[in-house]
Amino acid sequence: MNVLYAIVFLILAPLAGGLIAGVDRKLTARMQGRVGPPVLQPFYDVGKLLEKEHVIVALSQNYFVLAYLVFIAFSGALFFAGGDLLLVVFALTLAHVLLVLGAYSATSPYSFIGAERELIQLMAYEPMVILAAAGFYLATGSFYVNEIAAFPRPLIVLLPGIFVGLFYVLTMKLRKSPFDIATSHHAHQEIVKGVTTEFSGSTLGMVEVAHWYETVFLLGLFWLFFAWSPVIALIAVAILYLAEIFIDNATARVKWGFALRSIWLVTLVLSALNLVVLQYFGGL
Amino acid sequence: MDILLFLLLAPLIAAVVVYALPNHPVRDWLVRLAAVVIAGASVYLLATAFDKGTQLVAFPTEPLGLAMTGLSVLMALFILALGVRYRKPIAVALVLVQTALLLWFELGYAPGMHAEHNLFVDEFSIVMALIIGVIGSAICVYAVPYMRTFQAQHTEVPDRRRMFFFVLFVFLSAMFGIVFSNNLAWLLFFWEVTTLCSFVLIGYTKTTEAIDNSFLAVQLNLLGGIGFAAALLWLGMTQGTIELDKLVGAGAAVALVPATLISFAGLTKSAQLPFSSWLLGAMVAPTPVSALLHSSTMVKAGVYAIVKFAPVLTGTLPGLFVGLVGGVTFLAASAIAVTQSNAKRVLAYSTVANLGLVVACAGIGTYEAVWAAILLIIFHAVAKSLLFLGVGSVEHQVHSRDIEDMAGLVTRMPRVGVMMLIGMAGMYLAPLGMLISKWATLRAFIHAPGGILFLLLIAFGSAVTVFFWAKWMGLVIARPNRGENIESRVPREELTVLGLLAALVVGVSLLFPWISKVLLEPYVFGLYGKIAELGQDNVIIMLLMMGTVLLLPLSLLYFRTGRHRLTPYMGGRPTTADMRFAGSLGIEREMGLHNYYLEDWFGEKRTFRAGVAVTALLIVLMFAGLALAGGFA
Repeated sequence: MNVLYAIVFLILAPLAGGLIAGVDRKLTARMQGRVGPPVLQPFYDVGKLLEKEHVIVALSQNYFVLAYLVFIAFSGALFFAGGDLLLVVFALTLAHVLLVLGAYSATSPYSFIGAERELIQLMAYEPMVILAAAGFYLATGSFYVNEIAAFPRPLIVLLPGIFVGLFYVLTMKLRKSPFDIATSHHAHQEIVKGVTTEFSGSTLGMVEVAHWYETVFLLGLFWLFFAWSPVIALIAVAILYLAEIFIDNATARVKWGFALRSIWLVTLVLSALNLVVLQYFGGL
Repeated sequence: MDILLFLLLAPLIAAVVVYALPNHPVRDWLVRLAAVVIAGASVYLLATAFDKGTQLVAFPTEPLGLAMTGLSVLMALFILALGVRYRKPIAVALVLVQTALLLWFELGYAPGMHAEHNLFVDEFSIVMALIIGVIGSAICVYAVPYMRTFQAQHTEVPDRRRMFFFVLFVFLSAMFGIVFSNNLAWLLFFWEVTTLCSFVLIGYTKTTEAIDNSFLAVQLNLLGGIGFAAALLWLGMTQGTIELDKLVGAGAAVALVPATLISFAGLTKSAQLPFSSWLLGAMVAPTPVSALLHSSTMVKAGVYAIVKFAPVLTGTLPGLFVGLVGGVTFLAASAIAVTQSNAKRVLAYSTVANLGLVVACAGIGTYEAVWAAILLIIFHAVAKSLLFLGVGSVEHQVHSRDIEDMAGLVTRMPRVGVMMLIGMAGMYLAPLGMLISKWATLRAFIHAPGGILFLLLIAFGSAVTVFFWAKWMGLVIARPNRGENIESRVPREELTVLGLLAALVVGVSLLFPWISKVLLEPYVFGLYGKIAELGQDNVIIMLLMMGTVLLLPLSLLYFRTGRHRLTPYMGGRPTTADMRFAGSLGIEREMGLHNYYLEDWFGEKRTFRAGVAVTALLIVLMFAGLALAGGFA
């Protein structure tokens, strides 16, 4: 493992994540026939949030959100340092549970519903993420990210089912339509702001920064499928994100029941097929 | 090995003494004293035996064996009499069959068989002894104030506390017997004693429901007991040895039949599907009983037996199907737990689920799987006993065991609330215990033959697990109405035991590398010649996470200051500080928060029925696989 990469991630990921968010908003605006904000707008937003008055509804909520940010950054850093993929997944689960607990502790009916829906999201995508880690292991013989990244052959060929399944789940992880059931970046989707309803000022800023960290981590995860050739990987990851922006703008939010059912079905069918084929007919 | 004898006899002596005394502080102090002595003795066992590997103990058989047979018959007569009295024909039939098998073995074959070593101790039994000795004793101490409150609140229940503590200590002795017996006939004897203890304690209140549920428990456990007795009989007929170490050493060619039959017994004892209904029924017992028998120790005896035979089961068809029963149970029981709002039922289903994981590991039976199984046993015992006792304390003050009534527990009972949060986090969150063991389990599954099926079961099952624990935690920390602090009513002793167990949840997670190195790795190495571990750097990262988790609450000191506090957003309606808002037509309403239970998705009846169908088929396949493997030939 490489501590240097972890440090680089901790410093640069918010910048990259914020930029991606800015480009995202610009492209989204163009798709909707608007001019859109400047690319640096996400940074201005967070900067302004940091200056806001400290308003809370419950003492413990800031603690949970801070812990959320810390563990999102932690899991990303562990990933980029080349650590154990399963441990990365577990740290990520811990982080999201902490966000949910923050929403619960606020005790508002809106954030409470948001928390329950965030948990449904967690329940929906967790199997796919665990099975993806298993897939990487069966293909490369290692859970360590640095060893998976150094695998000499294109993993996308060995893990097409895992790739598609993970992409299906990515929409939910990025909080994009049609699976943005707990909270959305788009005002038109929301009654109130879901899981983040009661977070404001610097607390909301921390949620935003955590989302930037997570975006970079998720793109890193997809990088692994193409890691044998960095150029192709960069192009592939860019295309994936553009596709997500397009899906986000072309679809409306679905009911949570459909989201859960379809994600589990996709996970079950694609990952089972892929893993069985890999273990009994190919691999290594 | 005098210490083994001491651990077997000390609880028995305590039981007799406690039974002789009336309700009096002196008896309470004797219970505490006995608990401390037993806990101390089990720690002494660790200190003196951990580095000595497997030690077999020759122990005179004949008079004791005879006494055990006599006691077995007496126990059977006891169940028989009650079965007749309460008109339970199934229980009567089962007890007759089992006793007939047992007597056939004892009279027909046992005289010709000589067990060289009747007792033993190895690293695994030290682990089990510590769980029984430390956690079991802590629960006995907790039971003293709990039962006092229980009797005060349930005046309709006859006060049978003398009997209660008597049985509790007899049970501890029998558990030590199970984990120290090398002679399978002895093991079965102690096994039956725990069944009887469970039977008596479930029926403690003597209500119709309690009596029905106690018979349900005894029937399913007797079914398993028949499997166990059949294993002995088969051994008597064909092998001429009933020693655990020799059978496990002999491998599948010799020991697959008894291993499968005893695994069947283990499945009933550990309340795996399709037999799990008895454990749910057992929740009518007073909560310390649920904590002691039905989560941390007795149900562990079932998985203990299966894990013991794991080296025999590994790579065989029966082993695969035993493992699958566990895997399916894990998924189904976790899913049902989502739909439950009765706290004890959630804990019971979660217990069934986690025992399922242990069974899955044992059925796979590779060195990694056995290592993961023992980790699961340790961490589950600690966290789950804490949760049961926490629910018990809450129930006595809130007068409800419904999770929905636990909303705002952190303000109403701050210490109990936080300790329960620790217990729940210990059940599913990194970097605490159960998550470490789930991690180990995942790694074991991935290397197993047929492992992908197991991977799917654990991936979906643990996702569901996250859901039901997190939503319960959420209610505990939400504060819908700022109820008054009622924690001062909780007896100090209960809080002490809860604190001790909460410290154990964190402590065991911190000490896990050491526990693994000193106890688990030598045990696994002794059986397989290989060492399972998570990797040095991963352990360091886990400890780093643990440090972060422990330090983060300090941030509350900063967040406490300079904040402007508002009421939550209520859609713009005028709202008071205790969350009453102006509804329509000028009516003031109270805000209420309720969890999702996803009945339409995982409804108890439907999921249970599906689980029973699948696991019943798997058990049939297990025996078919045994026949195929030529086991009965």
